[in-house]
This record gives sequence, C-alpha cells and structure tokens, in this order.
Amino acid sequence: MATEVESAGPVDMTGYIKHHLTHLSSGDGFNAIHLDSVFFKLLIAAVFLIVLLRVAGRATAGVPGKFQCAVEMVLDGIDSLVKDMFHGDRTFVTPLAITIFCMVFLMNFMDMIPVDLLPAIGESAGLEYLRVVPTADLSTTVGMALGVFLLIQYYGIKSKGIVTFFGEFLTAPFHANGVVGKVLCAFPNLLLRLIEEAVRPMSLSLRLFGNMYAGELIFILIACLTLGSTLGSWVPWVLGPIQFIAGFVWTAFHVLVITLQAFIFMMLTIVYLSMATEHH
Amino acid sequence: MSITITLIIQGLAFFAVAWLVMQFGWPGINKAIEERQAKIASGLAAADRGQKDLEDAQAKAQEIIKDARARAQVLVDQAAKRSNELVDEAKNTAMSEGERLISAARSEIAAESTRVRADLRDQVAALAVKGAEQVLGREVNASTHAALLDELAGQIAAHS
Repeated sequence: MATEVESAGPVDMTGYIKHHLTHLSSGDGFNAIHLDSVFFKLLIAAVFLIVLLRVAGRATAGVPGKFQCAVEMVLDGIDSLVKDMFHGDRTFVTPLAITIFCMVFLMNFMDMIPVDLLPAIGESAGLEYLRVVPTADLSTTVGMALGVFLLIQYYGIKSKGIVTFFGEFLTAPFHANGVVGKVLCAFPNLLLRLIEEAVRPMSLSLRLFGNMYAGELIFILIACLTLGSTLGSWVPWVLGPIQFIAGFVWTAFHVLVITLQAFIFMMLTIVYLSMATEHH
Repeated sequence: MSITITLIIQGLAFFAVAWLVMQFGWPGINKAIEERQAKIASGLAAADRGQKDLEDAQAKAQEIIKDARARAQVLVDQAAKRSNELVDEAKNTAMSEGERLISAARSEIAAESTRVRADLRDQVAALAVKGAEQVLGREVNASTHAALLDELAGQIAAHS
C-alpha cells in the first residue's frame, strides 16, 4: 500500500480506498465468503463468550467485583428494557437481546481501531486484503437481520397459532364486516403485510451496514490526508495535525454511533418480537 | 508491515480518544459501579442484621418463656405447699376441737355423775333413816342423829 505509492510519485488515493474496501474472500460472486468478516466475527464471539462465561462462573451472590458489577448493570439494563417492551416468556428474548447488543457493539468497536493497523499487520502476514469491521459488511448485517426475521415469524406462529397468524395476512390492518368487504380488503392487506415483513430485515440490516460503512469510509478519507507522505515533505507537518484532529473528533463521535447502532438493532429486534406476539 | 505516518497519526488519535474516555467517561461509569457495589453491600449487611435481630429476638423469647415457666412452677409449688398447710391446719384445728369437745363432754359427764352420786347418797340416807325408823318403830330425829346418818351415807357412797 503506502510503500508502493511513495515511489509512484502522486499519491494513489483511489487505490488506497479501493484496497481498504475490498474483502479478503474466497470464491466468486454469490459464493464468495468474506473470510475477514467471518474470522473477526468468530473471534469477537469467542471473546464475548469467554468473558461472559468467566464472569458467570465467578459470579458471587455477595458483593460483586467491579467487572461483575459492570456486566450485571448492562445485563440488568437490557433485561428491564425487554421486560418493559416484551410481555411474554423472556427466557429466550433477554439472552437474544444481550447477545445482539454485545455482539453488534463489539463488532462495531473494531471500527475504533486505527483503520490502517490491522490491515498493515495482515499485509505483513501475507494477507492482501483485510476488512476488520464485520458490521461494515452487508453479509453480516443481512445475516443477522434474516435471523431476526425468522424469529419474528416463529414467535408470531407460536403465540397466535398457524391459522390466526396466516389469517392476519388477509385481515389486518384493514378490517371489514361482511363477506364482500373482507374479500376487498384481503389483497391490500396481503400486500401491506408482505411489504412490512420485507422492510423490517432490510431496514435493520441496511441501517447498521450504512452507518458502519460510512464510518469506516470517513476514517479512510481522513487517513488520505497524509497518505504516503514522508517526514521530509511539508505534508505531515501541515496536514498531520488536521488528520489528528479530524481522526480524534470522528473517533470520539463514533463511540456514540457504535453504541447507538448496537442499541437500535437490539431495541428494534425486541419491538418486532413483541409486535409479533401481540394480537391485533 | 509498513508503518507510515498516517498509521502513527491514526494511533495518536485513537489514544487521544482513549484518554478522553478515561478522563470523562470512566469516572461516571466507575461511580455508578461503586454506588451499585455499596448498595449491594449495604443491602446484604441489612439482611444479615435482620437475620441476627431475628435470632436475638427468638433467643430472647425463649428466655422469657423459660423464665415464665420457672415462675409458674414456683407459683404452683407455693400453692401446693400452701394447700397442704391449710389442710394440715384444718386437720389440727379439727383434732384439737374434737379433743376439746371430748374433754368438755367428759367433764360434764364427771360433773353429772358427781351430782347424781350426791343425789343418790341423799336418797340412800333418807332411805336408811326410813328403814331405821321402821326397825325402831319410831321416828328418828334427823337432827339428833345427823352425825350417825352422815357417816352411814358416807359409807354407802363409798361402796357405790
């Protein structure tokens, strides 16, 4: 990357950006597997599980240590949110919400790591491309959103029964009395319902992906300020402080964005599930 | 691995944010955690205290019950003793009263027998005088022979 462009004279910003936005993948087209996203997602999942299991294993009923206390505060907070919004059996929904929040947050957090650091380490290890933020990969977010989508259908069928569940496709949101009215309403109802169901996973996945992708892109653009410069030139002395300030401000702002996006993904999941279990 | 100026500045920005979080974010979180710990600790202490208070109260109640039992036992003993005393007293009174009545009856009987004996003596004396009169065929002057008659009556009384 930077070493190549140095000798090329004018800085190859397009190449740099393109390089940063290319996944390390195997296979082509639909069959492509983004190895970097999968690796980092699994790594984060392992870290999350190990930390949580350790805390759970060491948990004491007495006065908790600081780390246990912090974990308890997050878990309690999520549980009370779920309790407020989801009026049903929470034995699965609360762990689901905790997992979504923590996993999305940790995956988003990869964006905070200096954008060139891990790709540079990867390059020295022989990896040509490396994108470290799994949630800036549409495959990851769509995958999670589809999981939530299937859960919505499952909870809907479970709480309403298969007849009522599919009956609602034709009888809600427009209600009518009489056979003619019901028949007239059936088609618009079906259409609206299908749109509604399709929009949920789309908005869920695109919102998260868009935010993280844009965040990553801005980090890359900020990095372009001093791209390929040497201490001998004027660039690092003039643009360096600007890059530092811009990077600092955007990273600090991004702390809020990654937390908020994780929170939104979790909240919408709970809301969709609670809507699926409530009768019209 | 290619370390560039860009990467170094990125690292600086990252640590600046880390410093920012440490300076302004962490104290609030730390405070919340410590407050929670203190709350849990005080709650546990209160529970312990409550448990101990309950145990103390139970022990105290046991003590009071034991004390009350002992005192009741003392009262029962005293009552039994007193009733025994009363019975004894009544028995003694009755016995002494009976003895008194018996002795009174005895003395009355003695007095009666003395009286009857005196009466009988007088009658015997009179009978003796009458018998003597008939034997002598004349009247015996009681006053003249009073001494004789009295001696006779006394002999009769001594034999009777």
